[in-house]
Amino acid sequence: MERETLQHMLRDMLLCRAFEERAAEEYTKGNIVGFLHLYPGEEAVAAGVLNACGPSDYIVSNYREHAHALVRGTPPREVMAELFGRATGMSKGMGGSMHMFDRERRFMGGYAIVGQTCPIAIGVAYAIAMRGLPEVVVCFMGDGAVNQGTFHESLNMAGLWRLPVLFVCENNHYAIGTEIHRHSAVAEVFKRVAAYNISGEKVDGMDVLKVYNATKHAIERIRRGGGPQFIECETYRYRGHSMADPGTTRPAVELKAFQNVDPLNTAKREVEFRYPTAEELAEVGPDNIKSFADHLLDGEHLIEAEIEDLKQEIQKSVEDAVTFALQSPQPSMDAAWGHLNGNHRHEVLM
Amino acid sequence: MSQEMLYWQALNRAMDHEMAADESVFTLGEDVGLYGGSYRVTEGLYAKYGEWRVRDTPISENGFTGLGVGAAIAGARPVVEIMTINFMLLALDSIVNGAAKIPFMSGGQFKMPLVVRVPGGVARQLAAQHAQRLEHTLMNVPGLRIAVPSTPQDAYWQLRQAIASDDPIIVLEHEVLYFTKGQVDFVAEAPPMHRAAVRREGRDLTIISYSRHAVLAQEAAEQLAKEGIEAEVIDLRSLRPIDWDTCVKSIEKTHRVLIVEEDCRFAGAGAEIAATLTERCFDVLEMPAQRLAGLDIPTPFNGALEAATIPQVADIIAAARQIGQAAQTTKAA
Repeated sequence: MERETLQHMLRDMLLCRAFEERAAEEYTKGNIVGFLHLYPGEEAVAAGVLNACGPSDYIVSNYREHAHALVRGTPPREVMAELFGRATGMSKGMGGSMHMFDRERRFMGGYAIVGQTCPIAIGVAYAIAMRGLPEVVVCFMGDGAVNQGTFHESLNMAGLWRLPVLFVCENNHYAIGTEIHRHSAVAEVFKRVAAYNISGEKVDGMDVLKVYNATKHAIERIRRGGGPQFIECETYRYRGHSMADPGTTRPAVELKAFQNVDPLNTAKREVEFRYPTAEELAEVGPDNIKSFADHLLDGEHLIEAEIEDLKQEIQKSVEDAVTFALQSPQPSMDAAWGHLNGNHRHEVLM
Repeated sequence: MSQEMLYWQALNRAMDHEMAADESVFTLGEDVGLYGGSYRVTEGLYAKYGEWRVRDTPISENGFTGLGVGAAIAGARPVVEIMTINFMLLALDSIVNGAAKIPFMSGGQFKMPLVVRVPGGVARQLAAQHAQRLEHTLMNVPGLRIAVPSTPQDAYWQLRQAIASDDPIIVLEHEVLYFTKGQVDFVAEAPPMHRAAVRREGRDLTIISYSRHAVLAQEAAEQLAKEGIEAEVIDLRSLRPIDWDTCVKSIEKTHRVLIVEEDCRFAGAGAEIAATLTERCFDVLEMPAQRLAGLDIPTPFNGALEAATIPQVADIIAAARQIGQAAQTTKAA
């Protein structure tokens, strides 16, 4: 892999982490209100998948999509301004955290109904296939989505008509607070797609290189006419489901167990139900970003100073995004009416 | 230039004309292709346009309606057929959370050139799960537009306009109307999609209705005329938006209004019509806006009971007679 791609992916991951942690801070200050579903822990998936697809491919995402938009290339300013609900946000302040759209970058939206990305993605894919175009649609979903009817209905149609869709399941093991073994009869998600004549594989979602390579190959297969593909990325979110969820139902040691630091500790799951503290998180050891950075250092793709510079540059862009959002105007009610195509005020005809 | 045809044939011609004119138009739904559509609306299109543009789907209403939503934001112009409005309940997520929201939530970045065609209403002894009226459910969703054609000409015009529009449009087709006949002019200029039509002029009262009951209201008005009661009949043609100005103008002349609907009375379509017209016409109304509606009960299977749950021509006559006689008494005095 080219050095440039590697650096780019590290940059994306660092940006996602810094952006989300800063968003959490703004949330506690009251500058961001409503639901806020953060991404820390899952950065390798966004960076790996979205760097492996092309600029003309389409992305359909769910409500944990700030990172997807950032990696896709939407300026942090526009993403942050949307979190703040400002007129300069990527959805003009009409969508918010869960509904980010960027038509120019073929980012077809963030959707807050679990499982809804599936029918929308196969629709985009249908429009592509009907016209014989070469693009691919990347459809994100979480492990909670795989028990919705829309998941099964959509995978069936995608498999039946060989639609150009790459389904990416970000399996963070939790449907809000319900652990996967308590919500799915078959917890290995990728096995379920065989029922729809779709090839599925599982990759380590904490390893950006594995995610990147799996995506690259899957997209090549789709472009060659191989039909829809499915990748399950096994990952973990460090925070609760949203800022409204402190994550207290998750065992403190689970994160450690997940990273196979000490499998014996998993026994503690049964007795210790609470979200890990910042100190506990820190001592867990290398997370996805740290291990990728170490890999780049070991391979001499980067030196320590470059990583430090990168971090500083990213922090600056995140601060700039916050300042931009704070200084941006509020959207007007007239603008809101204007976005409601055709149905302006109820009394107005045509 | 006009030609007599059935309501379903008019819809079929509208589909054919739009599909021939624009390659991005496609239709999908249960049995719309090889089988020709359960009410024949898509008959012949599969052979003419092929499987990618006339797609038979599995029985997955929410999934294939959502497919339409996705295709619409990617530049296609899908016409989704949901076999009956009863099954649309399964697709409400795609319609309400998807089609109606995306243009708005995206800050106007995406358009939604989606048409959802849904047969519905009370037909002939199809029982409670196949004889519902759900217009009230859709009317309460900002972002949607709802066309309710009652004649073959309107079916032709409004479906073509719906396909050409960049907004999500629900076309409610009445199952009893599919085999009614009328003249269709393919070249005449259509009125705006949501303009109401004054089907008959009168001075004694205004009857406002839509879809099949607009046809029944005209029948009732003809019989009332023999008794000397002249009813003005307005066919709304659209339930969202509603052409209030046409209604208000008529009430300013007649001072009395009867709203006839097949929808259940409680919180039905007529409730919104009566409330708004009362607000707008309070000063000119000589009596409260009256409603004649379906009973608040699931449709019974038994034929006689079924008929008793929705307004019949005789019921419209009786209600209008009461209002009309009051009008004549007032005028005589």
